[in-house]
Amino acid sequence: MGLLAGLRKRLRFIYRLLLRKDKLKIGIYGPPNAGKTTLANRILRDWLGDIMGSPSEIPHETRRVKLREGVKIQVDGKTVTIDVVDTPGLATKIDFHDFLKYGMSEEEAKRRAKEATEGVIEAIKWLDDLDGILLVMDATEDPFTQVNVTIVGNIEARKLPLIIVANKIDLPNASPARIKSAFPQHQIVPVSALKGINLDALYRAIAEKFG
Amino acid sequence: MGVQMNLVSKERLSKMGSMEKIRMILDSVKEGKIVVLETGLTPEEEAKLIEQTMLEIDHENFIGIEVESYPCREKSVFSKLFGKKQGRLTVIGPANRLKTLEKQEDLIKALIT
Repeated sequence: MGLLAGLRKRLRFIYRLLLRKDKLKIGIYGPPNAGKTTLANRILRDWLGDIMGSPSEIPHETRRVKLREGVKIQVDGKTVTIDVVDTPGLATKIDFHDFLKYGMSEEEAKRRAKEATEGVIEAIKWLDDLDGILLVMDATEDPFTQVNVTIVGNIEARKLPLIIVANKIDLPNASPARIKSAFPQHQIVPVSALKGINLDALYRAIAEKFG
Repeated sequence: MGVQMNLVSKERLSKMGSMEKIRMILDSVKEGKIVVLETGLTPEEEAKLIEQTMLEIDHENFIGIEVESYPCREKSVFSKLFGKKQGRLTVIGPANRLKTLEKQEDLIKALIT
């Protein structure tokens, strides 16, 4: 079983190498409130003049996977067309009491918590249909969380190309270096999706890594 | 009242299938126990554990799990051949009882309440 699964993954990796697709599905992953939807909005605004959805300070605002097709990114004469897949935040626990702090009724908080659990499952299932991952981490937070470790482990196991986006570098206590030391084997691009800082470097990395 | 800890050996884990491990973990954690796995789970098993946890959250008695583990080591010759990554020591408990205090590459500090 393990041998077959390994063989299947290797074949998929070789298939990806040999038959480069015209369009790549790139998933935006990360824990809740890392800035995934803000980054998706920034990418869409920069290249399509549109947005994906509304970000919020309330965790689990995105509870369904959102897909926007045909985002053409052009950097240094290189063009890559991607489908952007914005995913719900991954978590190992969801407590409806956390939503009550934001003024929701108990019924509303429970409904949101239930939708959030479904969103986590959907995000994990999408991993099998992607060609590359942008893993968004909040650069002001400790990167060594179980969710980050699990996502990186699963991306490595699937041999998917990965860029770690160290987000929120506009905040004073941000430390992309901490993320780099936690995951030294991966490319880290520090950005502020909200303020649009260093997005050129991210687009260059996307074109090089996924193009 | 004390907290029961189940320390599961590498030998026992090696005889169990993925779903068997996940079932054993969730059954124990839902009873308030802390589970320590000598060799941990593979990344795929960790993802399955999260999926199954989400399915079983009831928003009243069970709000999820807290998992503490180290990142996988560099691949061994065996894992390079067979494409499997070996997990490392992992502690899993109910989210309302086990709390991470500090986590580094080679040190995890956690609090059990």
